[in-house]
Amino acid sequence: MKVLKAVEMNRCIGCLSCMITCATVNQQDHSILKSAIRIKTSGGLTGKFMAIVCQACKDDVPCAEVCPTGALVQRKGGGVLLDKENCVGCEHCVTACTVDAIYFDHSTKLPIVCKHCGVCARFCPHGCLQLTEEVQ
Amino acid sequence: MLYENSIKVLYIDLSTGKIEIKRRTDMAGYLGGVGVASKLLEETMRPELSPLAAEQPMILAIGAISGIYPLITKTVAMFISPLTGELGESYAGGRLALTLSMAGYDAVVIHGKAPRPSYIVIDGGNIEIKDARPIWGMDSDVVGQFIRDHVKGSGKRSILRIGPAGEKMVKFASVCVDTYRHFGRLGLGAVMGSKHVKAIIVTGDKSTKIKEYKDYFRVYQSIFKSVTETDLMAKYHDLGTSINVEVINALGALPTKNLTESHFDGAEKITGEAFANNHLVRKMACTGCPVGCIHIGQFRQKFDDGYDYESLSVAYDYELIYSLGTLLGVSKTDEVLHLIEAVEKTGMDAISTGVALAWATEGFMKGIVTVAETLLPLTFGDSKIYYQAILYLANRKNDFYRVLGEGTRSAGATYGGKEFALQVAGNEIPGYHTGYGNLVGLTVGARHSHLCNAGYAVDQSISTFDENKAVDALFMEELERCVLNSLVICLFARKVYNRETVLKALNATGYVLTDNELTTIAKRIYKTKLGIKEKLGFDPRQVVLPERFFKTPSIHGTLDPLIAERMINRYVEKCLLLLSEEN
Ligand code: SF4
Ligand code: SF4
Ligand code: SF4
Repeated sequence: MKVLKAVEMNRCIGCLSCMITCATVNQQDHSILKSAIRIKTSGGLTGKFMAIVCQACKDDVPCAEVCPTGALVQRKGGGVLLDKENCVGCEHCVTACTVDAIYFDHSTKLPIVCKHCGVCARFCPHGCLQLTEEVQ
Repeated sequence: MLYENSIKVLYIDLSTGKIEIKRRTDMAGYLGGVGVASKLLEETMRPELSPLAAEQPMILAIGAISGIYPLITKTVAMFISPLTGELGESYAGGRLALTLSMAGYDAVVIHGKAPRPSYIVIDGGNIEIKDARPIWGMDSDVVGQFIRDHVKGSGKRSILRIGPAGEKMVKFASVCVDTYRHFGRLGLGAVMGSKHVKAIIVTGDKSTKIKEYKDYFRVYQSIFKSVTETDLMAKYHDLGTSINVEVINALGALPTKNLTESHFDGAEKITGEAFANNHLVRKMACTGCPVGCIHIGQFRQKFDDGYDYESLSVAYDYELIYSLGTLLGVSKTDEVLHLIEAVEKTGMDAISTGVALAWATEGFMKGIVTVAETLLPLTFGDSKIYYQAILYLANRKNDFYRVLGEGTRSAGATYGGKEFALQVAGNEIPGYHTGYGNLVGLTVGARHSHLCNAGYAVDQSISTFDENKAVDALFMEELERCVLNSLVICLFARKVYNRETVLKALNATGYVLTDNELTTIAKRIYKTKLGIKEKLGFDPRQVVLPERFFKTPSIHGTLDPLIAERMINRYVEKCLLLLSEEN
């Protein structure tokens, strides 16, 4: 199974097309805050852009580990899938992720987790993001 | 407002600190952007007072579908221009449009004057007017850094700020938006300075469920494709607008040394390619634009013996290379970038600054002004002197720089040399001496900018000149741009957003409009703008065009003032006809 990697962030132009399309396709919302990937500047616009996105942890998966209800299920290839029915909105997963890749959506009371669908990569004009086959 | 039938307007009165939010259902007929902003300006302006009076408004507005389609990225600012004394209209990209929509406002009206230097934080429904005394006097870039550290919301906020020139109310002071974009033209920076506002920070977290997901995303994708996969936008992405240096020079339309020539001998050293090869380090984009036309050039300079270098990076574009390069006879890329850096940090419009200094240089050469006034031996090609002059101008160093800071028209009227002051109706000219389309276009254009009706493009597209056809083309383009600017689409994408695409984009988000209805809206907006200009006492037939425009040949040869006059009259007739039409 493929996973999303931010491979060439030096080429990023900060257009946020990745965030716009992620929020559109996965949350059917116009707000970039509903995106599972985030583009941030380090030190304002004169600094570099960085992508905050699920690192597709394997084996030991911190967010899934702390989830009290088992709502985060390990995904084949890396990362997790959210089972909305089981989630109680405790936000433990949010704090467990060291790279801050899980956002809590207070309007739906559900976390937003990247499912490595690659829509962001499809809309990145500079090839910064890629869906790659993880080498086993 | 997206999916709603009302326009949400935030009113901020700086004098009293009073904040009001109104939902204006009566404004739906103006679509958004320049339409709504014009209407708000008409309602709130005070024609009888000076442009910098506290009572005058400053208005920001976005469009109905801002931020949700590629390249619908701009915000319009409207005000009374302290430079021309009439309609002030300016556009900026960056993140502002998206943050305003996430804050939940279609328009912001700021009036009054804060009792002390202040900055405004708009964080969704939370509006604060804060103390800016410690940052008053700071350069534009430094104040940006300060704000970044002190106001939360990194990555999703937009920061507008002025430099020292805005505080000193230099009449062509600019407002910097998110480091690399600006409300450049016509003096919005002076308006902010007059209101004691150093910066405005916008952030918000509003979300909006997509109503018709399939329809919307289908249109989004098709626009995205035409923007990224066809060559419609290639020019802007590749070399950027600076590709024009070669093109315009080859046509013999590149204003050089205060338009004493229309061809620059050193042009091959400052072409788009030269900048890209020597300096380009990265490209950037406004939020929501996959094109990324913002070209950042880096250069280093020695500041001491040994190995002491400082490095600077600034955004460059065609207009800046013209105004701070060819018009001043500067033919080295790093020197042009250095001058750009000076206008950036002081916070002035690059075009107006270059034109003002070019006038001053010719005046100095002709003995109209001497070193007693200029303090510097202004010489075409000497960028070190110009760098210093920019600092003097921004700080209104002495009487001479104070007058120059009132604009090139004022300087010509005060010291003499009106005939070579490169301004039209008070606004300094952009980098095209293409012919009648350009010159007449600037005169009749709502804000006397090349972006009103693209007269330079009319000149370039016609082989045999027909004055009536040219006037018709100017009028049609000015009207069409009322539609594009009501949605506040980046004008670089004007070929992508033809009527068909605009209608599709609107329809997919619930604005069911017909082609005819769009035309009606365009006319309504244009009429409002013409009405404002009239109230402010403007008549294009009264504009005195400097002789220089008729001396230096354009691509259509040496221009005849009588033909220009005839064209202006014909344009005025077309406007009167429009004004007499029923709504
Ligand atoms: S969300 Fe964080 S913790 Fe969970 S798999 Fe992704 S990177 Fe690892
Ligand atoms: S918020 Fe939901 S997914 Fe996250 S840890 Fe709590 S129950 Fe699990
Ligand atoms: S789409 Fe690509 S270039 Fe644009 S912000 Fe995302 S990573 Fe950067």
